[in-house]
Amino acid sequence: MTAHESGPLKRTPLYDVHVKAGAKMVPFGGWNMPVQYTGIVEEHRAVRTAVGLFDISHMGEFEVEGGDALPAVQRLCTNDAAPLTPGQVQYSVLCYPEGGVVDDLTVYRFDGARFMLTVNASNIDKDWDWVTRQGGGGTWRNMSADTALLAVQGPRAEALVQRLADTDVVSLRYYHFTKAKVAGVPVIVSRTGYTGEDGFELYVPAGEAARLWRALMEAGRADGIQPIGLGARDTLRLEMKFALYGNDIDQTTNPLEAGLGWVVKPAKGDFIGRAAIEALRAKGVPRKLVGFEMIERQVPRHGYRILAGGEPVGVVTSGSFSPSLERGIGMGYVRAELSAVGTELDVEIRGAAQRARVVRTPFYPSKAKKS
Amino acid sequence: MSNVPGDLKYTKEHEWAKIEGDRARIGITAFAQEQLGDVVFVELPKVGVKVSGMKAFGVVESVKAVSDLYAPLSGEVVEVNGELPKKPETVNSDPYGAGWMIVIKMSTPAEAAALLTAAQYEQLIAGAGH
Repeated sequence: MTAHESGPLKRTPLYDVHVKAGAKMVPFGGWNMPVQYTGIVEEHRAVRTAVGLFDISHMGEFEVEGGDALPAVQRLCTNDAAPLTPGQVQYSVLCYPEGGVVDDLTVYRFDGARFMLTVNASNIDKDWDWVTRQGGGGTWRNMSADTALLAVQGPRAEALVQRLADTDVVSLRYYHFTKAKVAGVPVIVSRTGYTGEDGFELYVPAGEAARLWRALMEAGRADGIQPIGLGARDTLRLEMKFALYGNDIDQTTNPLEAGLGWVVKPAKGDFIGRAAIEALRAKGVPRKLVGFEMIERQVPRHGYRILAGGEPVGVVTSGSFSPSLERGIGMGYVRAELSAVGTELDVEIRGAAQRARVVRTPFYPSKAKKS
Repeated sequence: MSNVPGDLKYTKEHEWAKIEGDRARIGITAFAQEQLGDVVFVELPKVGVKVSGMKAFGVVESVKAVSDLYAPLSGEVVEVNGELPKKPETVNSDPYGAGWMIVIKMSTPAEAAALLTAAQYEQLIAGAGH
């Protein structure tokens, strides 16, 4: 991250559109991105109650193809990609041999021998180096610069995208994708997201991104569509307790303590990090990533200490004001014996211990289409 | 351009002060609340606390950021806006009115001469806007 931030900031194909819309632009993972247009709370609520449009073109896309593609994906990723059918998506993790997290990602299966991996913006160079060195096979292509990515999220996303699509997207199931034309633009329509709402992510050729963005904004006007910046993207994902790489997971955390054991499938065969993770599983992890809410009106922030009985027991990895719950919420690693729902903890805010409680997550019920 | 009332004094840290005899009412400017975005938390001192010119007297938090509040003038806090911690969004909707934060009894009224005039503050934020 620091290396990126010292260099010139990259721009997505929608940079001019954001500036013209009055967005406040900020550096994020080496990119100059919109953090908000009208305000984080208003944008957050638009996604929860209507529909929001996000530019997430900063994310990276790699394709791998050939007879060795599946073995490469299987060796790199903790989840089992073998049962994926063409048109299916899977959440997964790349690990180091020691069990630390290289990145979290989604894996798309086009057909028997072609996959796409969507990775975090700040990790594109590191991940590209990792998969091409460690994958051990397949023909890899880094499509990141040629591919823009828009997310359309919210209860009115389905009807909006369907009005513009030339194929049936209503019956597209959660974590499945299809090729289609939306507003005449060739896209991959993926029923995925990072908000806890129903909706789609649209992979679009970089040169067509602005046209698709304008078509969605125009067609969504009556639905109350709003452009959504990274500020609301962060509060929306936090309410779901979705991990953010660099905050909640990184090289120093493993998938088990992060609550991502459900995407680690040792039964599939060997993968990078398997032995280390299995040893951790056998021993039990000493700390866990929990979700907590503040009792008083206080806002926890990344890096604040978590206390129990006055002693430090962990650290806040993500924290914010939750626009849906109208209170401070956060995630952090605490000693495993303090991770049960209902456990009372304190968060140290400007030198004072403020009361918090471990709660069931997601913090806000997910409306993502699960069938 | 943000609203900058002519009858107030300003700091470079984007607080305003309204001099009312030997007292000063203090808040943050329209420009400040625009830059902060949605204000979700305000922490203010109690009545009786002494504040010093250009030292932090409280905290305002938006969804994304934590910012200190600086006292434009020295003195003793004689009134606190008790509604703000319950309705912090008032800072966004009415920064010069219901969004006021504290009233102090000035110990060194001469300090007011060093504060920015509305015209000077307008110039400051015109430069910051780019």
